[in-house]
Amino acid sequence: MPETTVETRRLTIAEALREAIAEEMRRDEDVFLLGEDVGVEGGFGGAFGVYLGLVEEFGHERIIDTPISEKAIAGAAVGAAVLGMRPVADMQYADFLFECMDELVNQAAKLRYMSGGKLSVPMVMRAPVGTTLRGAQHGQCPESYFVHVPGLKVVAPSDAYHAKGILKSAIRDDNPVLVFEHKLLYGSKGREAAGGFDLTAEVPTDDYTVPIGKAIIKRSGIDVTLVATHVSLYRALAAADQLASEGIECEVIDPLTLNPLDEQAIFGSVQKTGRLVIVHEDTLTGGWGAEVAARVADDCLAYLEAPIKRIATRDVPAPAAPVLEQAIVPQVETIVATVKEMLG
Amino acid sequence: MTPSKRAEADLPGGASAQADTAAWVEALYRGMLLIRRFEERVYRLFLEGEIPGTLHQYHGQEAVAVGVCDVLRPDDWITSTHRPHGHALAKGVSARAAMAELYGKRTGCCAGKGGSMHLGDPSVGMLPAIAIVGGGNTVVTGLGLAMKLRKSDQVAACFFGEGATNEGAFHEGLNFAAVERLPIVLVCENNLYGASTPYHRVSLVPDVAERAKAYGVPARIVDGMDVLAVRAATAEAVASARTGAGPTLIECKTYRFTGHSRSDACDYRTDDEEAEWAARDPLLVHGARLEQEAIEQLEAGVRAELDDAVEFARSSPLPEPHEALDGVYA
Ligand SMILES: Cc1ncc(C[n+]2csc(CCOP(=O)(O)OP(=O)(O)O)c2C)c(N)n1
Repeated sequence: MPETTVETRRLTIAEALREAIAEEMRRDEDVFLLGEDVGVEGGFGGAFGVYLGLVEEFGHERIIDTPISEKAIAGAAVGAAVLGMRPVADMQYADFLFECMDELVNQAAKLRYMSGGKLSVPMVMRAPVGTTLRGAQHGQCPESYFVHVPGLKVVAPSDAYHAKGILKSAIRDDNPVLVFEHKLLYGSKGREAAGGFDLTAEVPTDDYTVPIGKAIIKRSGIDVTLVATHVSLYRALAAADQLASEGIECEVIDPLTLNPLDEQAIFGSVQKTGRLVIVHEDTLTGGWGAEVAARVADDCLAYLEAPIKRIATRDVPAPAAPVLEQAIVPQVETIVATVKEMLG
Repeated sequence: MTPSKRAEADLPGGASAQADTAAWVEALYRGMLLIRRFEERVYRLFLEGEIPGTLHQYHGQEAVAVGVCDVLRPDDWITSTHRPHGHALAKGVSARAAMAELYGKRTGCCAGKGGSMHLGDPSVGMLPAIAIVGGGNTVVTGLGLAMKLRKSDQVAACFFGEGATNEGAFHEGLNFAAVERLPIVLVCENNLYGASTPYHRVSLVPDVAERAKAYGVPARIVDGMDVLAVRAATAEAVASARTGAGPTLIECKTYRFTGHSRSDACDYRTDDEEAEWAARDPLLVHGARLEQEAIEQLEAGVRAELDDAVEFARSSPLPEPHEALDGVYA
C-alpha cells in the first residue's frame, strides 16, 4: 500500500487502468492502443468503458478502432512490438482470445527465443474474464491456458492500486504480458459480487509501478493460507472475516502475477500455516491452482499438516441461468466449510 | 401459427390461389409482429429485473429472419449470432420456449443453460446461437458438408452481421463453401454498425456482396426492410443450393432500432439516420399490403401468444443447482 505521505485519491479499477494507459502514452510515444470499439465518438470506450476519453486526448492515430478481427489485433501488436513499439491490445472479452491463439502462443511467446534472443515483443494484451450471467462464450476465465506458455507473462490484478501499477509495468516490460481483469470488479457496481467489499482503492497521483512477479499478502494469519484472484479473492477475504470470528486466522494471498509465480511468498506462508487452499474462478482441471498446488507439494511437503485443497469453478461451461451459475462458481460458504474441514 | 412453410416456388397464380396468397402475406406479417412484440416485452421485463443477464435485440431486422426462414423447411438448418431472438422465433422455436430460456428456466429451449445469446433448438433446425462473431461462418460449412455427403436436399443458412465479415472465419468459411459447392445460404444482415463501429470505418468496400465475388460466390443485395424482397432472393438462393450449385450470399440492408446491447444509448448514430430508417420499418412496409382490420386481429393473436409465453416462463420451475453438472459430454 502507498505510504501516508503520498497524495492519493480513491479510484475504481476502470479509472485506474485508464490513467495507467494515458500516463504511459504521455510518457512514451511508442505506446498506442488498438481494439474494437475503443475510440468511436459516442461509443463505449471499450466493452467496459475503460478507454472513455482517451481518443479525445490522443486522437485516432494512437487509439485505433480495429475491425472485428482479433487475429489482426494480436498480430499487429506482435509486429509493431517487434519494431519497438509498445502496443496495448484490447480483447472485449477474454473468451475471444481463442480467436488469436496463434498470434499469442506461436508468435508473441516464441519470437524472442526463436530469434536466438535477438528480438523482443513488448506488447500488452488486456482481457476481461468472469462469469456474469452471459453464458458459455462470455464467461470464461482462461488465464491458465496462457500460464502454460513459456514466453508469456500473465498478471491478474484485483484492485485499483495494483491494477494501475502493474499495467504500467506490463507496458514497460520487454515481454508479451497478458493482463486479465474481472468484469465485476471494474466499477463500484460489482460490490455485491465481491461480498460487499469496497472496490475502489487509494491510488497515488504520482507515477508508480507495481512489479510483475510479486504477490501481495492481503491479510496475515497463522492457521491457513488462502491463495485467490479476482472475485474469488474477495470471497476468500469474506471467508477469512467469518472464520476470524470463530478464532481461525487465515493468511490471504493475492498472487497478482500467475506467471512468473511468486513462489517464495506462497511457500513462506505455507511454511507458517501448514495448510493451503487455492480458490479460482477458472474451472478445476488444469487450472493454475493445480500448478500452485504442485509447486507447494514439491517444496513444502514437510510443512503441510493437511492435503492441499483447490476450490474452483466446476468443470462445465458457464450456464446462463443465475441459479446454475451460482452453483458452479466458488462461493464464500464453500471456502469457509473447506477451511473448517481442514482444521477439523 | 408460424409463417407457411411453402416451397421456394413463386407465388401461386390463379383465382383460388389468391386467398392462399393473402393468408401467406398475413403470415409473414405475423411472423415479424411476433418478433417485434416479443422484443418489446423482453426489454420491459429485463428493465423490471425479471429477465437476468444481457440482451442483444432484433427490433428493426424482422424482415430478414422471417423472409429467410419462410423459405426454409423444418429440416433445413440455420446458424445464428449473439442477436438470435428473431432467428429463433422465425425458425420455429416457440415463444414459450424462447421466453423461458431468457428467464433461465428449465423449460427453456436450452434448459436454462444457453440464455439470450445461445437460443436454439436442434428439433427445429437451429444450432444454439453462436455468440462469437463469425463463429457460424465456419460451422455452417460442416452442416452443408454433412448434407452434401449424405445426398440430402437440405440446406443450411448462416445469419451474420456485416461486422463479422472482418473476421478470418468469414473468409475461410466462404471460400470453403464455394470450392465444395456446399448447399449454404449466407445471410448478411448489414445494419451498418458492429457495436458502435460504423462499417465504413472498418471496410473500404461498402457492400459485403462485393466481397463474395472474390471467392466466386454469387451475391445479391436486397432491401432488408422488405420481407418480400428478402424472401424472393432467398427462394432463388435456396433453390440453387438444393440442386447442388453451391452457396449464395445475400446482403440485406437493414437497421437495428435499438442499442447494440441493453445499455447502449446509440450516441454514435444521428437522430436523422434513425428517423430515416424508422420510416422504413419492416412492419410499415409490409403492413401496407394488409387491411387494417387484419393487422388488428394479428396484434390480438400475438398479444395472447406472448401473454401465454410470459405466464409459461414465470410459472416454469427453475433448474435444480445440480443440473449445472449434467450434459457436458454425450
Ligand atoms: C470474436 C468476437 N469478437 C468480438 C465480439 C464482441 N461483439 C459482440 S457483437 C459485436 C458486433 C457485431 O457486429 P455485427 O457482426 O455487424 O452484428 P450486429 O451486432 O450488428 O448484429 C462485437 C464486436 C464477439 N462476440 N466475438
